[in-house]
Amino acid sequence: MASRSTKPFSSRDAVVCRGVGKTWSAGTDRAHVALRDVDLDVAPGEFIVLLGPSGCGKSTLLYLIAGLEDTSDGEIWAFGDRVATPSPDRSLIFQETSLFPWLTVWQNVSFGLSIRGEPAAARKEAARQALQRVGLVEAMDKRPDELSGGMRQRVAVARALAMRPKVLLMDEPFAALDVQTRAKMQDFLLDVWRDSEASVLFVTHHIDEAVALADRVVIFTARPGRIKTIVPIDMPRPRDPFSAQSEALRKELTELMRAEVDRAFAEQEAV
Amino acid sequence: MSTASHPADAGDTDGAAAAGTPNAPATRRLPLAGRLAPVLSRLGTTLLSVGLFCGIWEILWALDIADPKLLPPPHIFLGSFPEQAKFFNTAQRWQIGVGLNTGPSPQGAVLITILASGARVLVGLLIAAVLSIAIGVAIRYFAAVEKLTLPTITLLSPVSPIAWLPVAIFLFGIGNAPAIFMVVIALFFHMVLATIAQIDGVSRNLINVARTMGASKRQIYGRVIVPAILPGMLMVLRLNLFGAWMVVLVAESTGVGYGLGQVIMLARNTFNPSLVFFTIALIGLLGFLSDWVLRLLQKKLLYWVPQTAGVLRGL
Ligand SMILES: Nc1ncnc2c1ncn2[C@@H]1O[C@H](COP(=O)(O)OP(=O)(O)OP(=O)(O)O)[C@@H](O)[C@H]1O
Ligand SMILES: [Mg+2]
Repeated sequence: MASRSTKPFSSRDAVVCRGVGKTWSAGTDRAHVALRDVDLDVAPGEFIVLLGPSGCGKSTLLYLIAGLEDTSDGEIWAFGDRVATPSPDRSLIFQETSLFPWLTVWQNVSFGLSIRGEPAAARKEAARQALQRVGLVEAMDKRPDELSGGMRQRVAVARALAMRPKVLLMDEPFAALDVQTRAKMQDFLLDVWRDSEASVLFVTHHIDEAVALADRVVIFTARPGRIKTIVPIDMPRPRDPFSAQSEALRKELTELMRAEVDRAFAEQEAV
Repeated sequence: MSTASHPADAGDTDGAAAAGTPNAPATRRLPLAGRLAPVLSRLGTTLLSVGLFCGIWEILWALDIADPKLLPPPHIFLGSFPEQAKFFNTAQRWQIGVGLNTGPSPQGAVLITILASGARVLVGLLIAAVLSIAIGVAIRYFAAVEKLTLPTITLLSPVSPIAWLPVAIFLFGIGNAPAIFMVVIALFFHMVLATIAQIDGVSRNLINVARTMGASKRQIYGRVIVPAILPGMLMVLRLNLFGAWMVVLVAESTGVGYGLGQVIMLARNTFNPSLVFFTIALIGLLGFLSDWVLRLLQKKLLYWVPQTAGVLRGL
């Protein structure tokens, strides 16, 4: 391995993972490997969907790319810089709700801007625009516990967008939504993605969602998670979910997933 | 509830809308009574509970089981209010050549005594809260502060406040200062440990959100951790309020000037059970009232905390 003081990857790569591994509680008797040998290159503006059985380390990978946790092995680079700490350039939308209960919706959305010290009027305007995109302008002055689960998740999306990130990390953001709302949110996400030119790494359990959104689908093995295959999807958007090509892709992804999910279950039963 | 008391609403075509805001029709028709009713009913149950207890006591007295010289029932120790109240004139009592019957009126003397004790509790509680939250946050913020102070704090926290009484007198002599010192010392160590526990319990997700948005350590503490621990800290404060009252009484019994603790001491030395029970009744009332004030504060300050009590009562 070469010296790490230089920048081996061009600043044109949005995210580069090289041999990334994560062992939780390393060095204790509770140590367990969540991720192993992940190599992944994400181009700027690329839409990546991560699929894999529950517990295979998808959330863990997003945490590592966000810089919230340190890698145990390997390295992650973003736009030519080594990822060591979190950065507003890489926004993470968490799997669980993570709104501040003591702030109103618009204050939540503009939290990142207030960290930067922007004046209240500008923050409120930015929050209004971000909330408009998720269709929640009316809820601006509500508190999070007055919202439904799906509305809260949309506020979290608006909060991430307000930061205008270059990489958007989304951990099952629409899992709590009904089918119709999810379809709307997918369309909306594609709009936002096209405008912002951000790279997206999107975790989901829904194969339909992967087919509707992804440039490339990354399929993980059961724990410890490794990349099993990467399936490119070369279809113009908006995509017809009932086209023969979509149908074939769904079948292919379902079969790839089934083997891993079976393995994950067999492993859990053995424990 | 209100639909039952207003049968006209039941047949409304927009019954669903009315069910969404069950209190709206009632408050429109009976604005004041509607709001007073729950308060009155709560006051009613309090009176019922206290009345039951006093009633049993009175019956025991009427049956000659409770000796009025040792356990005077409420109508005796409350009935002789002016008689008892003159003992509250504690400032004058110690002065030579001043009669028991000079000085402020009996009511005035009781009020002065209550205010003196209450102020000590309040000031002590405030100082203890500010100090312990500041130190608790500093312990988690600076590793050096943790290493230097936490072992001592953990070591001293199980020491009974009574053990600090001589220290209070060595340091501050007689007066307000030792009583306030006692409250602070009795609450400080526990509240520091409680603050640390609260900080450790803050949701990781909330902290991580702030981190991904580029918040500095100071911003994370100021904007996430402090608001997140506030509900728990106010609860801790409420739990420690009664402790503060107890400690103040102990401190005052050493002689401070005015104070309920001193009245109890006087009652003991002059063998006056009526005065003891009268003072106990006062202390109970004051503790209850100060808890109520804190509860109000909690509701006002923590507008975002959902009220689960209603759900539990519905079970
Ligand atoms: N903070 C943590 N400390 C210790 N172990 C963790 C932590 N977070 C995750 N793990 C473990 O790492 C493994 C991968 O977890 P992760 O949350 O990344 O899975 P996932 O693929 O996101 O699953 P799901 O689809 O159910 O969300 C699991 O075995 C989990 O128990
Ligand atoms: Mg996950």
